[in-house]
This record gives sequence, C-alpha cells and structure tokens, in this order.
Amino acid sequence: MSDNNNNAPLLQLDHIGKEFYGNRVLSDITFDIHAGEIIGLVGENGAGKSTLLNILFGMPVIASTGGYEGRLQVDGKNVRFTSPNQALAHGIGMVHQEFSLIPGFTAAENILLNREVLNGSIMNYVFSDRVSTLDREAMHNRASAAIHTLGVNINPDMIVSEMPVGYKQFIEIAREIDRKNTRLLFLDEPTAVLTETEADILLTALKKLAKQGIAIVFISHRLSEVKTLCSRILVLRDGRLITDQPAENLTTREIAALMVGRESERKEIQVEFPSEPVRVDDVNEEIIKPKKKKKKVKPAIKVEHLWVDMPGETVRDVSFEVKKGEIFGIGGLAGHGKLGIPNGIMGLYPAGGKVRLFGRSLTLNKPRAALNRKMAFVSEDRRGVGLLLDEPLDWNITFTAMQTQGRFLLGIPYICQFRNEYAMTKEAKKYIEALSIKCTGPHQLAGELSGGNQQKVCLAKAFVLKPNILLICEPTRGIDIGAKSLVLDTLKNYNKENGTTIIITSSELEELRSVCDRVAIVDEGKIAGILPASSPAEDFGMLMMGQTKQANDNEEEEASA
Amino acid sequence: MIRKLFDIIANNAVPAVFIIISAFAIPLSGYSASYLIQELLTRIGRNSFLILSLLIPIMAGMGLNFGMVLGAMAGQIGLLLVCDWGVVGIPGMVLACLIGTPIAIVLGLFCGGVLNRAKGREMVTSYILGFFINGVYQMVVLYFMGWIIPITNPAMLLSRGYGVRNAISLLGIRGVLDNLIPAVISGTTATQQFLSVNGNGAFIVCQLPFFEGYIRIPLATLIVIALFCLFIIWFRKTKLGQDMRAIGQSQAVADSAGIPVNRTRIIAIVISTVLACYGQIIYLQNMGTLNTYNSHDQTGMFSIAALLIGGASVSHASIANVFVGVILFHLMFIVAPVAGKNLVGDAQIGEYFRVFVSYGIIAISLVLHAWRRNREKEAARRSLRGNKGGN
Repeated sequence: MSDNNNNAPLLQLDHIGKEFYGNRVLSDITFDIHAGEIIGLVGENGAGKSTLLNILFGMPVIASTGGYEGRLQVDGKNVRFTSPNQALAHGIGMVHQEFSLIPGFTAAENILLNREVLNGSIMNYVFSDRVSTLDREAMHNRASAAIHTLGVNINPDMIVSEMPVGYKQFIEIAREIDRKNTRLLFLDEPTAVLTETEADILLTALKKLAKQGIAIVFISHRLSEVKTLCSRILVLRDGRLITDQPAENLTTREIAALMVGRESERKEIQVEFPSEPVRVDDVNEEIIKPKKKKKKVKPAIKVEHLWVDMPGETVRDVSFEVKKGEIFGIGGLAGHGKLGIPNGIMGLYPAGGKVRLFGRSLTLNKPRAALNRKMAFVSEDRRGVGLLLDEPLDWNITFTAMQTQGRFLLGIPYICQFRNEYAMTKEAKKYIEALSIKCTGPHQLAGELSGGNQQKVCLAKAFVLKPNILLICEPTRGIDIGAKSLVLDTLKNYNKENGTTIIITSSELEELRSVCDRVAIVDEGKIAGILPASSPAEDFGMLMMGQTKQANDNEEEEASA
Repeated sequence: MIRKLFDIIANNAVPAVFIIISAFAIPLSGYSASYLIQELLTRIGRNSFLILSLLIPIMAGMGLNFGMVLGAMAGQIGLLLVCDWGVVGIPGMVLACLIGTPIAIVLGLFCGGVLNRAKGREMVTSYILGFFINGVYQMVVLYFMGWIIPITNPAMLLSRGYGVRNAISLLGIRGVLDNLIPAVISGTTATQQFLSVNGNGAFIVCQLPFFEGYIRIPLATLIVIALFCLFIIWFRKTKLGQDMRAIGQSQAVADSAGIPVNRTRIIAIVISTVLACYGQIIYLQNMGTLNTYNSHDQTGMFSIAALLIGGASVSHASIANVFVGVILFHLMFIVAPVAGKNLVGDAQIGEYFRVFVSYGIIAISLVLHAWRRNREKEAARRSLRGNKGGN
C-alpha cells in the first residue's frame, strides 16, 4: 500500500483516449482509484470497457495500433505499460472473463502456476532452475493461505476440472492475490458463471479484500450486484465516461438508463430509419390476454425450452412464440446467446428442445429439414456462411433454391440435370433491380461487392426461397448507414407484401425497436423478457442488465416504500 | 455408474483384448514357459528404452512422437562410425552415443521448430518429417560415407567405393551391455549343465527349485532402463516437467502465465530424440546386425504400437503402460507366427496378423482419441449450458 504518500491515488487516469484506425472508441476518460475502494464499471457492448482494460493492462494490441492519448499515474508517478508484465509488476492484477485455469491441475498448482516453490539443487548451476523439483508442501501452504484470504474453504489439492464452476472463479482470484504486491484487481464479469449463492460468497470475499486495502474494479452487467458491492459507479457509453458517482446516489434503473442512453437521444438515432406507424397494438393485446386469443391464431413458430451449443453464444433455455406475419426482434448483449437461437433453429449448431412451425414440429440439427419447411436464414457470418465469395451473383442468389427446391434446373430429376443459366440470370437481374444492388451485373463475383451490397445478395438469396419464415441475424452489421436503412426497409416491405413472418436478431436495440413489432431480450442464454417495440429504452436496458421484470418491480416497490 | 463402468472398459479395452488373444495363442504355440520368459526378457531389454523415449512429448501434449525415428537415425550414424573405427565393447557403445547425441540434438531442434509451426497437427507432421529426414539420412549414408566422410573398412562399403552396405555386422558391440553383468535364473537341475556349457564363475546364478531350464538375464540393460525410469519419475517432479504438463493441458493458459511454450516444447522433442538415439543403440547392440537402410524404419511404428497396446493414449502415458505394452505386444510377436502355423498350417498368417495388429491398433487409438476429445468438448459445452434444457 502507498505508505509514504497516502494522498496520491493508487491509479489515476488523466484524459485517456484511444482511436482505432480513425475510429474513436475512447475519449477523455478521467478518474482515479484509491486503495481499498471498490469501483463498479458498467457499460453496454462497445462502450469501450475492454479497450480501457487493454490500455490499463498494457496489452500489445494497444501499442500496435498507435498507442493511446492521455496519462496514467500509479502512486503519482507517470507510467506507460507496454506489456502485461509491467502492469503486474506495478501490482495491477486482472481476472478474465474466461477461466484461465489448467483443468487437470490441482487448485494449488493453478494458483502457483509458473510461480511454483522450488527445492534448490546443484543442477541449477548447470542448467536453469527449471530442473529443480517442486516443493509440494510449501505450495500447498501458500495456496491455502491465498484461498483463506478470500474467506472460502477449498481444498488446495482438489483437481480443478472436478470443481463446481464457482470454485474456479475463486481459484482465479486467489492466483492474483498470491502475487505479493497485488494492490489493484480488475474483475471482468466475475459473476457471469456463478449461481446466486456463489455470487454472494464472492461479493463478501471481495469486500473482505477491499478492507485489506486492495482496490477492486468490478465489471459486471448485473446491476444489482454492482449496486450492492461497489462504493462508486462509473458508467461508460460510446467511449465516454457518462457518470462517476457514489453508488448510493443511483438506482439500478437510473444506471440502466445512463447505459443505453436517454429517451431524447434515442429519437435522434431513429431519424435514420423512415418512420412508420408501429403495429404493436394487436400484439400488445395478445401479451396482456394471451389465453383468449391463443386458440384463434396458430403461431407461425413456437419455441419451447430450446438449448443450443453455439460456441460463445450458448442458449440455455428459451421459449417464445411468434405470430404469423409478425416481425419479431431478438436483442441482448453479445455472448448471451441471441445469435444461438436462429442458428440453433436452422440446425447449424447442436440444439435440443422443441420447435413447432405452424403447429408441426421441426426436426432440429438438420439444416435441410429447416429449409424444406420453407424457412430461410440470413447468417450473421456473411462472408463465411452466407455467400460463395468466388462465385457470381446469380449463382449465389439461386444456389439454395436450386439445391433444396430443385428450381433453376433442366432435365430429369435424379438422372441427369443441368443448371438453367438463363433462368438463373433472369432471377438474379430481378433482385438486383428490386434491391438496387450495386454491381456490374449478375455475373460479377460476390466477393467483389461492398458489405452492404453483399448483405442485399444474402437477402435476395433468402427471398428466392419464398420462405414462410425468415430468420435474419445482424442484418446491418458492418454496413454503412445508407445501406442500413435500405436493408431494413426491404425487410419491412417484404413483410408487408408477402405477410412473411420475420425474426431479426441484432445487437442494435434501436434498429430492432424501429423495425419490429415485439422485441425479446436474451440474457445469459434465457429470455429476460419480451416487450412491445414501443416500450421505453430503459426497460430494454434493464432486461439486458440481468434484471427480470419482477426484480424490477420489487425494486420500485422498495424505492417507494 | 454405468457411464463410469463404460469408461473403465473403454479406457482399458486395448490391453484387455491383447490379454485375451494371448491367453488363446500361448497354449496353441506350444512354447515352454522358460522359453517365453527368456524371449520376453530379451525384448524388454531391447525395446523398452525406445518406448520410454516417447513419454516426455506425450506429457507436453505433443502426442505420439513419430519423429523418434530421427533419433534412431542419429544413433545408427554413431554406430556406423564406431564400427568403422573398430572401437568395440562398452567403449564402442559409449562412443556411438557421444557421436549420436549432437546429431540427435540438432535433429530434435529442427523437429521441435517445425512442430511449433504445426501446432495441433504434431503427429502427422512428425510422421512425414520422419520420411524427409530419412531421405537426408540416405543421402549421407549412401553417397557421403566413403566419399566426404572417410570410411576405411572396405567391407562396410559398396563395391563402387562409396556408400554403406545394407547389412553391417555389429560383432564388436553385440550384446556387450546385455552380458556386462551376466546373470541367470535356472532350475536346480539345469544349473550345472548351463555352467558347464557357458563357463564357470562369472555368472550371478539364481536357483529356483521348481524351475525347469534356464533364463539368461540382460541385467545391465535392465539396470539402465530402471535408471531411465527413475529419470522420468524425477523429471515429472521438476519445474520443467510441471511446465510441460501445463502446456500439455492448455497452451493458452500456460502462455498467459508466462511459461515459454515454444521453447519448452522444443526441449521436450530434443529430450525425446536424444533418448531415442540411445534407445536405438541399445536395440542394435542386442540385435547384433544393422540394416543400414531399414533398421530405423519400423522403430517408430512398433514402439508406438507397443505403448498404445499397453493402454496409453495420445494424451496420457505412464511407465506402467510401457512395460505392459512391451510384454503384450512382443508376446504377440513371439507366439502369433507359431500359433498361426499350428492352427492353419501357415506361419505367414501369424506374421500377417502381427503387422495388421500393430497398424490397426495405432489407427484405432487415434480414432478413439479424436472421439474422446469430441465427447469432452461436448461435455464442456453442456456444462456451460447449465442443468436446464434437458439432455
């Protein structure tokens, strides 16, 4: 601890900013951290949290993209870290979102990984100290001391792979504590994988650590935890520090509103999309009185207890219904499973549960089965899954229809068939015109188009299938604003003209709210809630931050009481 | 419970199958116990060292080191030179090791460097690398020896004046290690007979009353192998061994903890290559002849097959696996031809069977490894999903 100068903050950030290739991700971040303080850092995806961490931790990616602006001070002295080891040397430790533990090792071996206690031997002089044997007993003692600091009881000889998930998080933290000089600890979403009781134990342990003088920066999207644990809360939005206040001055609802932006700002963004009356009224009614209307309209798609093993987008237990002709949005933070839902329904990743299309159940795990039931899918991975980059546009547009529906072919099925080049080119021309795809013609290669035009080709490919249900992932990712509104308008018009049910998955909440009738928010692989698109932005924000509807209401009651 | 049982069977299926086959084949072959034990002891002495050299790369997560043939080639070059210089006995063997070591280190560094550029595909890469280095070895032996590298003994050279003949007799060092400490186990009746034939006094004799016939024991070789086992046990306890285990389980984690991953992997391969070089020298001193162009060919394949038959897998192997494997695999080698002959009147069937088995077992264990890894990945994903959602 800073014993010679108690007034200087442990870490001070002074006008920190960062640009990636002309793209500003952080600007003018100024705050300081004192010993023994617990600071909550919250923000949406893309708010700049990870960039800030990378700067503080001296990740090579920062230096290789031109460094950062502003000053960093530790104990009042200027520092500029160029590697994580320097940050470690200054007592800054970091617990990552993903476990970095070795599964077959014991807790003690993991805590002391690469800092093992060694028995000296003469061999050290001949080779290096890597040939000395490990002092198991000393390692055991040091590890259990670190674990006890956390106030939990874990046997240091337990194998990590046999531990409950919660324990692993403690082992990670114990590893940072074991470094003698650790004074500042960054925890990136430490409770994401924990059960409620485990999270409680962790929070208690963190408070205990703070009492011992270790400063903690706690990054989480679970606002209630941030609120109970932290003494100060910092909100990041669009690379700027929006607020820096003591925790007791803010309610979780206010924090959520600060994170997603205020209502007035939302309208500004909405101007990008041609406004159209949102048709939520009838849908809304159905949500309120589901039992009365349910018998009348069969849902176009009914999902029950769906789970999907999509790496990085795990879906745990999802149920929802989409009415025929509806545009349904799926939103949520990255990594919480929103992309897993459409990918799982289409059979691209191992999935289970029940999916019914117009009352008939759908065979999962077989993309062909989904296509045969007249579902079409526009993947978020445009260049990988969506397009054959080295093939011309007409091939791309008609490919799936040719393969699954036998269209655009001449000859006798099962015996001898040829491509009908004429029909393919004609169809492609039709869509190039309708969607105003900028290209030299139907024979241009798909890889040569810009992102927005490629996305239109993907849409055309889906439209050619004449789908009953259209699943679209991230329709506007990586395309410019002009193309964005065109793509969204195309979807809306297609829905209006053909009555096609459309499910859009997107990271951009505003986009979903402008196009969809209803929007479901996915949180930790489950649906946190489904709201009509006209609901206020904070409500969506609250759902994204892991506050379910009831929890919300409870808090409001508490506030009013 | 059932899954646990299934796992136990699945993990030990290979040795179990071999024990069952041997149980049928041994009586069919009609060999006596003393003959079988003698043969097995010889083969344990001959092959164990080579198989033990595979353990360290497995520990470092690099799979089965098919690149051990590189070490074998280094050992053979040492032996060829020693043979030409006429150094005999234990000094000859030591000199061969001394010549082989730097060659093996260079080859190991090269192999490790290549494998670091082919992470995740170490086995197939090292296998093909074996073929490539074989070409270099042949160039050296077939063209350089007797031309750039002086070979004075004309009996070793091809009639054209350069290049080494295929069959080289290693009379000078034949059995020198095996017979360094002569020892014999024999029945009471056979002792006198044995000693009268083989000379008196020099033997450590262990008499067993119920035993018939006699068994010579390659005691010195077994001691060397025991020392090697102790080395591996010690190595596992060192910091370097711990680092290798960490890298074997997760390179990313080891890297983020500051362990020099690439360097450590190279060290693992270098150790393995050097040990394989010594292993090949021990193997050839037992055989007594060196097939210049073939001896190393099967070394990798048969060592790996034996290790896998002993119950090892691509990611896990112990010293016990080595000895179980060497016994079961070579029991098959000894028994199968005769059993085949007695059964169908054709020794070829047994010969065919053992080759078929050794390749088959490697194929099966590679498939099993991939299958198990996929199953583990699936289980890991399932645990991420939590309890809800069935399955």
